[in-house]
Amino acid sequence: MTVEPDLATRVSAGDRRALARLITWIEEDDPRAHAALAALYPRTGRAHIVGVTGAPGTGKSTLVSALAAEERKRGRTVGIISIDPSSPFSGGALLGDRIRMMEHIADPGVFMRSMASRGSVGGLSVATSDAVRALDAFGRDVVFVETVGAGQAEIDIVRTAHSVIVIEAPGLGDEIQAFKAGILEIADVFVVNKADREGADKTANALKVMLDVGNTMKQRRSGGPARVVGPSAAELAYHGAPAAGRAGPHDPPEDPVEWRPPILKTVAAERRGVLEVVDALDAHWRHLRESGTITQRERERVEDEVRQLLGRTLTRRCIEASGAERYAALVDAVTARALDPRGAVEALIGAWRGVARGVARGAQRKEAD
Amino acid sequence: MDRIPNKNMTETKKIRVLIAKPGLDGHDRGAKVVARALRDAGMEVIYTGLRQTPEMIVEASLQEDVDCIGLSILSNAHGALFPRIVELLRAEGRSDILLFAGGIFPDEDVPEIKRLGFRGVFGPGSDTRDIAEFIRTEIAARGPVRG
Repeated sequence: MTVEPDLATRVSAGDRRALARLITWIEEDDPRAHAALAALYPRTGRAHIVGVTGAPGTGKSTLVSALAAEERKRGRTVGIISIDPSSPFSGGALLGDRIRMMEHIADPGVFMRSMASRGSVGGLSVATSDAVRALDAFGRDVVFVETVGAGQAEIDIVRTAHSVIVIEAPGLGDEIQAFKAGILEIADVFVVNKADREGADKTANALKVMLDVGNTMKQRRSGGPARVVGPSAAELAYHGAPAAGRAGPHDPPEDPVEWRPPILKTVAAERRGVLEVVDALDAHWRHLRESGTITQRERERVEDEVRQLLGRTLTRRCIEASGAERYAALVDAVTARALDPRGAVEALIGAWRGVARGVARGAQRKEAD
Repeated sequence: MDRIPNKNMTETKKIRVLIAKPGLDGHDRGAKVVARALRDAGMEVIYTGLRQTPEMIVEASLQEDVDCIGLSILSNAHGALFPRIVELLRAEGRSDILLFAGGIFPDEDVPEIKRLGFRGVFGPGSDTRDIAEFIRTEIAARGPVRG
């Protein structure tokens, strides 16, 4: 057996081939990835994770590429994960986000990886979190996760980021679609890209109106503004400066002023407005840390991940415990209306419990010996 | 049967292919057709766009950890570009990546291209299903994918 330095060590030493292989194993749910990630876990938690989402054609890849260039100018290393959908029919995927990111290929400070959604909703979120963690352990200062904002699963993925950019573009007729998808609530920074096109102001105004409405409703629900900072401060905070920075010295730190997502206009293909987006990301990152929101977000993120992992692991173990044949028979029974879906789930859980009890008995016997 | 999402979806081992166009010619219809066909054959295809240097192609294939690289070339510059790509892959310790070429090559050049390590050379009129089958067979012969 050849002795090669273990994968985790190579990743933390900055070996990009090891990082690439680790992400492959993560995607394949290979036990070797689990071991490496466990070893790397203490080294993670340092990167600023930025989710980028929006409808197809809004210019996500172009913006991410431009943001990466600006981050590099500020002396930070960058990791990028771009997710494109797998075909539900062939299981294959065409991953084309690299086309817009090739400018960074010669820069060792940018590592980019394309991931296909591979059809499994929970699995994708878990694999994405793990891939982000791999980039974090690799030492990247900023990690961008780019995804097509076309469904709940994608929203779940970007929601796990520290900061979320939602991109709109004028003339797509999708303003209302975006509001429907609940995408407004997850944004920390709004970008109206392709702002040189007609209708950019209209799109920005529509966003502003929707944000104002959302904010008024929030205040009504909580019986008025949590803390009156005055309309001028609120108005100022609107454009991205972290309002927390203006809090007086006597304000308790556990009562942070709410972050109001700025609406920024860019022409990413020409690098216009990109500086301001990175400024806003920096301001949001600062806001998260200074207000203590980061701790809460991180806890929510971790909980979300643990739950997803639990669901996925239990699913696999239950199916394994019942065996492929019995599993297929249960599915057939549900299809034939002989059993309801919950009944099938109970049967699968029962099978897993049986196996778990068997293992426990085995352990007891061993102890008795 | 066609309407039921394919079982490939749950298969965890996926063949990842980088399709790249080295050199300066701007004709990528063929590359795109092949990329699309391989996607439809259940593979994950990373397409890098036009005018790529050997360095760019090799770096992208490393970061994407692909099993296979398909190079499309119509400019007759393969004599300079292919050996360089093979050399860079070797320097990175990734000679294990399956290589194939597509495009227009003079008949007398084909043996040399194959000698460089390109397992498949596909000229105009090739059936995309043959390319997919070629990749599958070659990868299967190499044992477990990225094992």
